[in-house]
Amino acid sequence: MSQPSQLSTEHADKPVIPAVNYLNADRGVWSWLTTIDHKRIGVMYLVSVLIAFLLGGIFAMALRLELLTPGPTIMGANTYNRMFTLHGVVMIFLFMIPAIPGVFGNFMLPLMLGAKDVAFPKLNLLSLYLYWTGATLALAGMIMGGTDTGWTLYAPYSTTTPTTVFPIVLGIFILGFSSILTGLNFIVTIHTLRAPGMGWMRLQLFVWAIYATSIIQVLATPVIGLTVMLVGIEKVGHFGFFDPSRGGDPVLFQHFFWFYSHPAVYIMVLPAMGVISDAIAAFSRKNVFGYKMIAYSSLGIAFVGFFAWGHHMFVSGQSSLDNGAFAAISMLVGVFTAIKVFNWVATLYKGSIAVKTPFIYICGFLFFVVFGGMTGIAVATVSLDVHWHDTYFVIAHFHFIMVGAVIMAFLIALHYWFPKMFGRMYNEGWGMIAAALIVFGFNATFIPQFLLGNAGMPRRYYIYPDRYQALNVASTAGASLLAFGFLIILIYLIYALVRGPIAGDNPWGSRGYEWMTTSPPPKHNFETTPIITQDSHSYQEPGEEVEHVVI
Amino acid sequence: MSSSEGGLTKPHLAHHFETIEKQDYAVRLGMWLFLGTEVLLFAGLFLAYTVYRHFYHEAFHEASRHLDLWAGTTNTVVLITSSLTVALAYHAIKQNKVKQCAGLLIFTIICALAFLGIKAIEYHHKFQEGALPGAFYHYAEVTAPGANLYYTVYFLSTGLHALHVIVGMSILIWILARVLKGEFSATHYVPVELGGLYWHLVDLVWIFLFPLLYLI
Amino acid sequence: MTAIEDLMRRWLWLPEPRSTFAVPVDRLHFFVITVTMIASVLTGLLAFYFFFKYRERRPGQSTPLVIPSVKFEIMVISVPLFFFLLWFVQGYKDYVWYTTPPENAMDVYVMAKKWMWKFSYGAEGPNAIATLHVPANRPVRLLMTSRDVIHSFFVPDFRIKQDVVPGRYTETWFEATKPGRYQIFCSQYCGTWHSQMWGEVVVMEGPEFDQWLLEQRKGQLAGRVDSGGDDGPAFHGSIVEYGKQVALVQGCVKCHSLDGEPHIGPTWLDLYNKKEVLENGETVIADEAYLTDSMIDPRGKIVKGFKPVMPTYKGRLAAPDAAALVEFIKSLRTPGLEAVPSKEAIYEPAKPAQH
Repeated sequence: MSQPSQLSTEHADKPVIPAVNYLNADRGVWSWLTTIDHKRIGVMYLVSVLIAFLLGGIFAMALRLELLTPGPTIMGANTYNRMFTLHGVVMIFLFMIPAIPGVFGNFMLPLMLGAKDVAFPKLNLLSLYLYWTGATLALAGMIMGGTDTGWTLYAPYSTTTPTTVFPIVLGIFILGFSSILTGLNFIVTIHTLRAPGMGWMRLQLFVWAIYATSIIQVLATPVIGLTVMLVGIEKVGHFGFFDPSRGGDPVLFQHFFWFYSHPAVYIMVLPAMGVISDAIAAFSRKNVFGYKMIAYSSLGIAFVGFFAWGHHMFVSGQSSLDNGAFAAISMLVGVFTAIKVFNWVATLYKGSIAVKTPFIYICGFLFFVVFGGMTGIAVATVSLDVHWHDTYFVIAHFHFIMVGAVIMAFLIALHYWFPKMFGRMYNEGWGMIAAALIVFGFNATFIPQFLLGNAGMPRRYYIYPDRYQALNVASTAGASLLAFGFLIILIYLIYALVRGPIAGDNPWGSRGYEWMTTSPPPKHNFETTPIITQDSHSYQEPGEEVEHVVI
Repeated sequence: MSSSEGGLTKPHLAHHFETIEKQDYAVRLGMWLFLGTEVLLFAGLFLAYTVYRHFYHEAFHEASRHLDLWAGTTNTVVLITSSLTVALAYHAIKQNKVKQCAGLLIFTIICALAFLGIKAIEYHHKFQEGALPGAFYHYAEVTAPGANLYYTVYFLSTGLHALHVIVGMSILIWILARVLKGEFSATHYVPVELGGLYWHLVDLVWIFLFPLLYLI
Repeated sequence: MTAIEDLMRRWLWLPEPRSTFAVPVDRLHFFVITVTMIASVLTGLLAFYFFFKYRERRPGQSTPLVIPSVKFEIMVISVPLFFFLLWFVQGYKDYVWYTTPPENAMDVYVMAKKWMWKFSYGAEGPNAIATLHVPANRPVRLLMTSRDVIHSFFVPDFRIKQDVVPGRYTETWFEATKPGRYQIFCSQYCGTWHSQMWGEVVVMEGPEFDQWLLEQRKGQLAGRVDSGGDDGPAFHGSIVEYGKQVALVQGCVKCHSLDGEPHIGPTWLDLYNKKEVLENGETVIADEAYLTDSMIDPRGKIVKGFKPVMPTYKGRLAAPDAAALVEFIKSLRTPGLEAVPSKEAIYEPAKPAQH
């Protein structure tokens, strides 16, 4: 078994896939469905979230096609309204929240800690089953007609609409459980299963990011669980919790909902930032600049993010005092992200940067996270949000972060860790073509939406005034490019899975701890627990003079 | 799940933990985190209570007068006692007193059943009186605006709590079964500790619910 | 607005600012967006520059350990924080001004329901649907509530927006700066026709508005702005096409479908001369008289199975408009319909339409 300081490099002999690894150690579908191996669970999450992404993407394309003309185009009003609701529900609860933690958190976390598995492997499998159950229920609700409330389920519309709400909220509730148990598992894993020598300040930044994410998952998700169950109960039993005709307060629903749903966006974005930290280090062969700042800012985002929810409610009728407080706090969260961006760019300084597909996505990510993040600060500015709230400006802002930042990061993770997970390499040429298509297509899709918001087009609009058509057509054209790019990725990755060249244990020469074992790893990760003697992503040769540069 | 050595049993060490101590620490941490999530689950209902009490001060005050104070107090005493007995059960097994542990667990479970029984009677009363949530409210005694919302909050909070009582009781029954099979001893008792912890949370939630609903 | 501000406004697809609030909002908007663009472009360019300058020269080369100084950390935190807090302060100041209606503001009551806006000028009226008349250069305060679910009152040209919540009143105010017509949107999802819950703010010069209000209260049809005529929609084409336009403008299609789909009111497809059963058990033929009657006195003869929610169009529809609507309804027939005995409606054979 390899020692931590010995790393396979590009100078090794012809690479091989280990004869016995986690993929073939046990055979048969049943062995997969009853596995407690975190790596297999990660792979099953991967297949599941990709199916969810495909479904959500189809809904998105349907929406964009409908919006090609100001009037009805290919569907009726009720269908359209259900379509955007389901696009939101599927993308957020079935993809964005579980994806990076469920796939890469599961696969990489124990490897990065020098552990043989997560703290509670059976609980991990339960999380996967809960994910499948919740997803099935939500999809069943869709097939039964679906609902049109928007993923935000605002009362009293959600509690009085004749559409099918209950199976979907029940599905979300169960998905929440999956999320909570995963977060709980990861926190305990990081606390108790670190290899000897791995102090907190030696943890990889992806681990720090997962840690901060897990804290949010554990604390915030119960609130959405309660909230959606209240909506479901009220819809079925007419209890009047949020219904003013029975004494309830609809704005109270918004507080409950956003108390989770704002930290939820950090559940989505923090793991993405963790991926970037690791990937930038690997692809510029450089230590991450400002390691401590990045680690602490992850915790900072998690903490301060809990107090900013009211910025979704600036025009809800909330008091001015509340609005001011929430706005100020939202500005603070922005600072933590700014810190990270500075540090990532500075990591490139004096690096040794490889021209590989993940790097294209990293450049795209940096632009999108600054643009998306700062438009977030812009909408947090109360007077400006009065105009922008519930318009396409907000849609563009959050898609810049959720797609531009998070999905870029997901793709980076997928490409960077593809050889780790499957032992094979994808085709760089196609990778770069798809990356260019996606970065360009993304801009073409969502920049017109910023302008639509400025022009005043509200969200969730099936019919719109003629003057908005040009921008809508432009956005749909961009979306087609984006869809095409994703399709290309799907094709060449599947091809690489079956017929790609064998990558070897560490094709990137990365010094992340997960690269210390073979690719793909053996079933139990390590025969003997490794002893950690150096920081992760340190690219100095032993014995070589270390050049310290202070800026 | 464990091996016996003349009265003392050993816990099973999972393949990914280096030592029993680390494993025990991990499961305790996991349970405390889980209890944290349960607190947040109930927190929303407590918040709703606070908000609606602020809006409908009179109705809440009046409606709480009409709750059965004796039933509530008895339930509180029952739960607190059950927390005591489950803690004593934990201490018993730490001292290898298996029979005593089992007996105390049985007593705890009986307390849980008693709690549920009293609650069922209270609920039945309310159904008869018409003190029901939301649209179904037709309780003539309390007519201040917002009274139906009081009962909505009442049923939701006590209902969710009762659900947790059932879950906690089921866990304790499962632990009891393992105690009776001789699985636990002075060297293997962490599951008893964790089951007890969960029960303490169930008790703690009630300790907050009781004064808010019955006393003020 | 200065020339640069106007240029930015056009590049950013912002409509012309037409209220006193819109001007400071746009100014802050330009400041924020400019800094955003510069920051993101600079970041991208810097990354690109480093990418070229520090590209891999030989595989596996080592790199120096670069660590930040305290000065760097402080700068990185304080520069963004400075900008963000600056925007917060200015934005919040403007916002507080926006939420403080002046003492002399004229009050208008707004009632939102699926899927229309109703406006009322208090006890003396008048009441209006979808069109809000206001004077220019005088503050107007809107007191709003909803009859059913949450809606949101949004006028992009004024840069104002406020949620309209059932069970309580919310308020907003504005001072329009130029006469004209400005679109009202609903911006909180409220059901099937959320995207059609439109309205219009008609801003008139002060004296003109006063005159209008006086005449409204006297109930004189001739002087009213929204009787079809001088500033109604200009039309070219047949009376049927005009009727279709009236149906859209007056909002009939929000409750009456044109294609047979069941909705809030009876569908107009095949309505003409249909035998309808009323709430009171009587039957009636939906001829010209009945159709016109329904527009003026909708609660008089309600078709069985429908709720009495149609507002009256008395005084809102000039005679030519009402006639055009009837002709339009007459033209909506399912093609190829045979006169066969049916259990409910009785249909006359279709007459060739006169176009």
